[in-house]
Amino acid sequence: MVYLASSDLVPKALAGDTRAIARLLTRAESGSAEARPAFDELFRHTGRAHIVGITGVPGSGKSTLVARLAAAIRAGGRKVAIVAIDPSSPFSGGAILGDRIRMGELGGDPGVFVRSMATRGSMGGLARGALEAVDVFDAAGYDIVLIETVGVGQDEVDIARAAHTTVVVSAPGLGDDIQAIKAGILEIADVHVVSKCDRADADKTIADLKNMLMLGLASARGTWRPQVVPTSAVRDEGVQELLTMIDRHREALAASGEIDARCAAIAERRLLAAGEEILRDRFVRDRHGRLAGLLAQLARRSLSPHSAATLLIAELGENA
Amino acid sequence: MNDPTQSPPVDGGAGNGDAALRATVDAWERDEVARFIAKAPERRAQFTTLGGFPVKRTYTALDVASTPAEDIGLPGQFPYTRGPYPTMYRGRTWTMRQIAGFGTAEDTNGRFKYLIANGQTGLSTDFDMPTLMGYDSDHPMSDGEVGREGVAVDTLADMERLFDGIDLTKISVSMTINPSAWILLAMYVALARRRGYDLHQLSGTIQADILKEYQAQKEWIYPIAPSVRIVRDCITYCAQHMKRYNPINISGYHVSEAGGSPLDEVAFTMCNLITYVEEVQKTGMHVDEFAPRLAFFYVCQADFFEEIAKFRAVRRVYAKIMRDRFGAANPESMRLRFHCQTAAASLTKPQYEINVVRTGLQALAAVLGGAQSLHTNGKDEAFAIPTEEAMRIALRTQQIIADESGVADVVDPLGGSYFVESLTTQYERAIFDVIDEVDRRGGTIKLTEESWFQRRIADFAYDTALKKADGEKPVIGVNKYVMEAERFDLELHPYDVSTAARQIAGLNKLRAERDNARVAALLEELVAVAGDSAQNIMPVTIALVDAGATMGDIVEKLKTVWGTYRERPIF
Amino acid sequence: MDAGGERIRVIIAKVGLDGHDRGVKIVARTLRDAGMDVIYTGLHRTPEEVVEAAVQEDVDVIGVSILSGAHMTVFPRILAALKARDADDILVVGGGVIADDDCAALKSMGVRELMLQDTPPAEIVAMIERVVTERGPR
Repeated sequence: MVYLASSDLVPKALAGDTRAIARLLTRAESGSAEARPAFDELFRHTGRAHIVGITGVPGSGKSTLVARLAAAIRAGGRKVAIVAIDPSSPFSGGAILGDRIRMGELGGDPGVFVRSMATRGSMGGLARGALEAVDVFDAAGYDIVLIETVGVGQDEVDIARAAHTTVVVSAPGLGDDIQAIKAGILEIADVHVVSKCDRADADKTIADLKNMLMLGLASARGTWRPQVVPTSAVRDEGVQELLTMIDRHREALAASGEIDARCAAIAERRLLAAGEEILRDRFVRDRHGRLAGLLAQLARRSLSPHSAATLLIAELGENA
Repeated sequence: MNDPTQSPPVDGGAGNGDAALRATVDAWERDEVARFIAKAPERRAQFTTLGGFPVKRTYTALDVASTPAEDIGLPGQFPYTRGPYPTMYRGRTWTMRQIAGFGTAEDTNGRFKYLIANGQTGLSTDFDMPTLMGYDSDHPMSDGEVGREGVAVDTLADMERLFDGIDLTKISVSMTINPSAWILLAMYVALARRRGYDLHQLSGTIQADILKEYQAQKEWIYPIAPSVRIVRDCITYCAQHMKRYNPINISGYHVSEAGGSPLDEVAFTMCNLITYVEEVQKTGMHVDEFAPRLAFFYVCQADFFEEIAKFRAVRRVYAKIMRDRFGAANPESMRLRFHCQTAAASLTKPQYEINVVRTGLQALAAVLGGAQSLHTNGKDEAFAIPTEEAMRIALRTQQIIADESGVADVVDPLGGSYFVESLTTQYERAIFDVIDEVDRRGGTIKLTEESWFQRRIADFAYDTALKKADGEKPVIGVNKYVMEAERFDLELHPYDVSTAARQIAGLNKLRAERDNARVAALLEELVAVAGDSAQNIMPVTIALVDAGATMGDIVEKLKTVWGTYRERPIF
Repeated sequence: MDAGGERIRVIIAKVGLDGHDRGVKIVARTLRDAGMDVIYTGLHRTPEEVVEAAVQEDVDVIGVSILSGAHMTVFPRILAALKARDADDILVVGGGVIADDDCAALKSMGVRELMLQDTPPAEIVAMIERVVTERGPR
């Protein structure tokens, strides 16, 4: 494929062209200025896909589950995209993205698109451009977009704010407690999955989780009560039930009208994040000039970080 | 991680003699050594073995004082540090077992006969990738791989041609095969029955060490639990029906080839050993009923004394595990016997002729370490599978060691060397440390699933690559004494492009001629046996191959029961 | 830290039945440490699966490691599948045990570079950066 400007890629992506979609995803990730108008155009075509965040601690069987869930979605005739997010190296910024491994069984089906992204250490957790990647898939006609994250903590909370439905995966035998509590992600789940339920100790994990939910430790958002779905990759059980539960959640959000509030919250967060990013980029652009000067003042303690930032913003206004 | 940098065992409660010796050694360091170094510094501040164990300037009686005399012992006596047998090579030298396999069964049969004619005393079979992974030659995954790196075997008919004209009661046959090993074993049994042999006469080995596949070599089909059950079935079947046959060859070689350290190579085999023994014990079999036929397979790497110490230490560790952990009473259950292969990964493409020297040194270390059988690599292995000429030189290398060097005339000639004994004891302790850590963290299978073994291998491999890149680990011809613009004009083993077509034609003919209804019925029986782990999978598999079932028929059928394995890789 | 620039994306593939992954793991670590995004396919992939993944991941380079001797089958299939997907701007490089004559033949077919046993990691990084620069922006 020869070089194509982003605006020329948009009609192809809207028609479902794999290569055009893939190129736009790369430009979403790099934050390319050339692609800005193209993403504005794509955004007008979004709003149809159901966005599902899936998270869980390493070893919870999450990748296997995502692969099976994608297969179940395909079996029902819907198109599915997966954004699989892995951490970047804090040293080089590079990353090894291994999550395609489990996707082997899905190979060759044009109704499944898997894209790996690195966290890139971006402020706020989610991979830079991950939500624009979701826009690309949404606009290109994928019915369901699964965002899969590894790790623990901030990333997971960010997913909950970016997804319509959030699934948290736990597994028996990974430790004494429910790992989701440790990770601080119990509260964000709309659906809990307990994987590896062929194991003898799975019942205890399920019981612990249900008790926790009953005690109200995981305060539900709105009228939906978080549900627990047991799965077993070995016995090939529970995946269809999980998909049904995700669909039920979507319907419940629509019926209660809460979907609007969720979408508004997602929009607000994206707006603020975009604002932060724009400011940050403009601050950093003159890294060796103005920024370095302010940093020197900070080092002498003659200026505080907050005052320095206020000064920079005021100057941006003057130069605008 | 276990710390191999722990100080060497030095005498704890020294007697008067030791105190006097220590004073002498200290004085020597202070006077002669210090003065000498002031004039001519040593090449490095700290020397270490290839495996990272620090080595001292020299060793004295002080360094063996903490090793109990009975741990060194005598050849053929517990704990067998000095050799599994009292006379070792004074009776019969080690088995010279060059591995061979390429093309179709007829092609490899020709190479076998060539090697036997040249004085080889055991056979060893290399299979092609499809056979190793349980695919028939006409499976799409086999495209381009049939008969290329080893011989293609799909059916019992192939096995019959492979050993045509070779009396299997007179020569031992080793088969390098893992996830599909039990099917090859079934073919071997069916072949022996057709020829009217008594199964107890057969001697040989199947590798069948599946745990190290998940950890190192990465040849697998099914998930870990059913795969370990198959290994268990091979061990119990052979214990009952094939008294001279080794149903498993617990292998460290591949840990080393995958980049693991010499310590991890031997330590991981002990962890895997423990798992297999425990599995077989669960069937109610006593350790002395099957342990005498457990066999091992190690690499011989480049660090001469370290390798010798490694072999001596693992023999001692094995003896102690079998007696103390598993309650073995029969000495045969405590003698570690191993096959050894020189290190393919140490061979280089640049200046490839010098691989003969590398291999010669490694082979000498294997013999001084007490190997029971040995494969020496061909000088051209960095290019392709070896030619006949390369194999002949490799075999002659062993024959020179056996017949000209004199090292085979004394048992454990390095026994009592301060350095070798000290390093042996260090290795023993480090191996037990790894075993303890694995026990503490929940056992071998759990840690394999969690990629604990895989990570240790990857880390050592990465370190080694960095050391090669910056020259800290010299490799002659690669990062030292490099010859510019080298041209390779050696004759390579040719690949016959008609191999796949010939193999597939035979396969189709067999499928057309066999009793397909009988095969189908037996495959259903196989499913039932697979679903009941109290049963042994060998009898039905033997019936299947005898009825003309292909390897792929059997393997694919069981995938519907057990599924397949996919690893979560670590970096 | 990388505002605007596209990182080099490389898919590291094991194709066929060969399970030797010592080399790919070292290469994957090395490329990551040089700041690239590395997608690992896992073992035992078909050429077509690798190309599908390469297209979806929009990689600059496919790096194929093969030690089983099946390279004269595997590389042509990858190149053909890329062409069929209008994706032959994705560069193909390889490593493993490959004889000199085969190396020459593979390069004439369109394999961009072959780096064999004992290539220092830094050279692999430099090679990838060079072929991507030579290809130019896309």
